[in-house]
Amino acid sequence: MADRPGSDQVTTLDTPIRLDYHFSAGAAATPYLRGLAEGKFVGQRCPVCRKVYIPPRGSCPTDGVATEGAEVLADKGTVTTYCVVNVPFAGQSIEIPYICAQVLLDGADISFMSLIQEIPADQVRMGLRVEAVWVPPEERGPTLASVEYFRPNGEPDADYDSYKAYL
Amino acid sequence: MQRLGHVHGPCCRNFERGGGRSGMSAAGDQVLTAEHVLEYPYSRSVGPVIGAFLTGLRDGRLLGCTGSGGRVIVPPTEYDPETAESTGELVEVGPEGTVTAWAWVGRPAPQHPLDRPVAWGLVKPDGADTALLHVLDTGSPDTVSTGMRVRPDFLPEGERVGRIGDIRAFVPAGPAGRGGVG
Repeated sequence: MADRPGSDQVTTLDTPIRLDYHFSAGAAATPYLRGLAEGKFVGQRCPVCRKVYIPPRGSCPTDGVATEGAEVLADKGTVTTYCVVNVPFAGQSIEIPYICAQVLLDGADISFMSLIQEIPADQVRMGLRVEAVWVPPEERGPTLASVEYFRPNGEPDADYDSYKAYL
Repeated sequence: MQRLGHVHGPCCRNFERGGGRSGMSAAGDQVLTAEHVLEYPYSRSVGPVIGAFLTGLRDGRLLGCTGSGGRVIVPPTEYDPETAESTGELVEVGPEGTVTAWAWVGRPAPQHPLDRPVAWGLVKPDGADTALLHVLDTGSPDTVSTGMRVRPDFLPEGERVGRIGDIRAFVPAGPAGRGGVG
């Protein structure tokens, strides 16, 4: 059967993929998220190896036991490693180039990824000491968006030996 | 980033056990939860055969294709499911057909095509040797049966865009027989 002359044949099909889901932060991440709303970093400690994890996932990946407590950490730390983002991509909200760094908070035994600002991209380095810049208290909520970014805090660079175990 | 703010249910009362240094809020014995949506806009190319089938739906027609042994396959496929040879030409089938199997959906979920109880059914259009899956809108499970005669209820012309939803549902064929295009 021939198509109708001049009719434009259907060539594509829009099939949006959508998942509605109910997210429970769980017992470990809930105090962490509430801490962010109050301008604090709250982790948990492994009762066996004594390491402090942030964000806490509820268990120690080394010892396989539940982590405990609510360890309030400093809101400053050390850049252990970083990358300079020069590539634009869809949905990008930060002006390039910018720095995506692993920040090891003082007192923590694991680093997490963070944005570094208020320093030229070519001056960021391993060992750079940084502090959190929080959004104004009235804008904070139980989300990492309560931290605007990290910036240099003026302290001398950390010794490599102090963070080499966390690379 | 979606803000976690919805506190829901006393799911876990002990999460601060051993803690107490965190200065949690008064509602601190409840686990935070949030409703999230993950959605991708996704557009796929349909190829020449399914494209023709969808074009047929837009035009208010049901199309199949000829396969091995003279079988007529609906919806049409690019390759014969038994011989893997390329299929033959497109042929118009139906629009009326026969229900070969069905399952009643008493409580339709949000993603179902209609907001009232319906059946999913396999409908073998007249002239076809296979059945296609669609919604049977009969109102009640008492009015569905294997072997019943149905016809496609097409959306009005102008609302059809070339997708399976151009058929709103299959409905019981009237005694007069011939199914129509709205």
